[in-house]
Amino acid sequence: MSGLPSPENFGYMHAMNRALHAEMAADEDVFLLGEDVGVGASGVTSGLLPRFGPERVLDTPLSEQAFTSFGTGAAMAGKKPVIEFQISSLIYLVFEQIVNQAHKFSLMTGGQVRIPVTYLVAGSGSRFGWAGQHSDNPYSLLAHAGVKTVVPGLAADAYGLLRAAIQDPDPVAVFAPSSLLGATDVSYAGEEDIVPLGQANVVREGGDLTVVAVGQHVGTAIEVAESLADRVDIEIVDPRTVYPFDWECLRKSVDKTGRLVVIDDSNRMCGLGAEIVATAAEEFDLVAPPRRVCRPDGTVIPYALALDKALVPGAGELTAAIDATLK
Amino acid sequence: MTSENRPALYRSMKLIREFEERCLAMAIAGEIDGGIHPYIGQEAVAVGICANLSERDFITSTHRGHGHVLAKGADPRRLLAELLGTLEGFNKGRGGSMHAADMKLGILGANGIVGAGGAIASGAAWAAKARGDSEVVVSFFGDGAMSQGVLLEAFNLAAIWSLPVLFVCENNRYATSLKLESGLAGGAARRAEGFGLVSRGVDGMDVEAVESAAAELLEGVRAGRGPAFLECETYRFFGHHSVLELLGVEFRDPDEVALWRTKDPIPLLGDQLGEDVVAGIDAAVKETIDEAVAFAKNAPSPDPKDALMYLYAGATAVRPGVIL
Repeated sequence: MSGLPSPENFGYMHAMNRALHAEMAADEDVFLLGEDVGVGASGVTSGLLPRFGPERVLDTPLSEQAFTSFGTGAAMAGKKPVIEFQISSLIYLVFEQIVNQAHKFSLMTGGQVRIPVTYLVAGSGSRFGWAGQHSDNPYSLLAHAGVKTVVPGLAADAYGLLRAAIQDPDPVAVFAPSSLLGATDVSYAGEEDIVPLGQANVVREGGDLTVVAVGQHVGTAIEVAESLADRVDIEIVDPRTVYPFDWECLRKSVDKTGRLVVIDDSNRMCGLGAEIVATAAEEFDLVAPPRRVCRPDGTVIPYALALDKALVPGAGELTAAIDATLK
Repeated sequence: MTSENRPALYRSMKLIREFEERCLAMAIAGEIDGGIHPYIGQEAVAVGICANLSERDFITSTHRGHGHVLAKGADPRRLLAELLGTLEGFNKGRGGSMHAADMKLGILGANGIVGAGGAIASGAAWAAKARGDSEVVVSFFGDGAMSQGVLLEAFNLAAIWSLPVLFVCENNRYATSLKLESGLAGGAARRAEGFGLVSRGVDGMDVEAVESAAAELLEGVRAGRGPAFLECETYRFFGHHSVLELLGVEFRDPDEVALWRTKDPIPLLGDQLGEDVVAGIDAAVKETIDEAVAFAKNAPSPDPKDALMYLYAGATAVRPGVIL
């Protein structure tokens, strides 16, 4: 594997790879651990082992629970671990170690210790054809538990948010949507800006209706907004950090538009979309009921491609929800 | 082991015993919220092991953790203040019995999940080793933890990376109420040997035996020869937690309890010190615990509006739920 990606190939995955290179170069307490990180099997960790050596790039055995709490212990002793999970559903296996251990230590110890660990899920959501146990998007669960959680939708944000996550003194989960990993992004030219956690981004300005779009659905929302541009002026808010959520940015947008649609690749029941719609209903001035576009309740993604795609929200469902909100 | 150390070992065990007996009474009386998991009977393990540790070494502890914390040098006043949920507690009343931690003394927290500390210990050991420091980590857990997958995974990590960890299994013969024979196939020390850990067993009711076994194993751990495992055969004189005492639930044969009571590590060592020495230490310890009780009872309570203080670094805004 080579070191840094070549400049003509700046995409989402390369943005994350560059962010890891930059943080490891900037701070010798940062180290990486996980399965297949040495060879860079996910693509995201390419070139780190040859550059930083086996003392800082630890290929782990297939022991997710132990190496997740290993990160917690190393953090207590002054290190800044980045743990890569190649499969999003592994978050279920280490929920105890993230939510019940790492996340709780700061409060439970009365502020004696902070746990600056980054959980990097480099390929979350459906990969189209990887079936039930490799296709979930569990970021709502971590947000519910109060773990700082980011879902970058654009390559530049993937770079900037991953760096901010590693620098943050608390545990932070970074979910990189699998459908974006291979994407290149003309808007990203390898800039080295850090994106602070907790700040949403107005991706597109508009006056008629606000779409909150998470992760890969930033792209979906841009596509839909352009396709409907002749009859509705859509503003797109990308929260970037789903917990803590930038309610002020969304409030300003909805104050202007009065209408809200959320597109989010969570399951419907207790998903991120539910939270956004509930808060909007409680606190914002809306001229129409807010709507959400998301996976069905309790979705398990089936293998057959047509069934997989039927359960993951997309442009058609978003357009229908926008139309319903405009009626 | 020399006889000069005996008064210190005795004092440390007696301090834990006195502290725990007072706590158990306070928990049953409702003066301590929740419940406590009494360590009474197991004192020789914490004291024998921690006699080999400096303030810079780390420990991870368990839900039955008061003994480990005190043996590592924690101030009993602040531990009791924590159990009473006050601002003078180590954790400012946010942790209580199962999460008592004093980072300045390398106490990386008692832990409410059985077996959870082993992997945390391995990470801390790796960090110390990576820095080139000489600290070691002792991870305490019970026989019940030997059936938790994450602990066995931690043995593997510590062994393949040759980490400076001493894993201490306090085999008190019960995993909550489940008898050892009904819960552990194959034996604890043999399992550890299967991961390539240097492994030993010791009479956990004999503080000098524990001290010397730990000294021998820690010598290898400190010299960089990788992790080790010490199984201490011990017994808790009370049940799993204080609520069982409150309810009068007993799941053990009274003859078995009585037999283990005859192996009580405190009089066992006290008999070698002489009545005058014992009486002097006992009186001083009682005074220390009396002071701790007075200190803790007078400590201020946290303000309910600060209930989520310390959750995040910096000013992450938490939206209202029950607290507006």
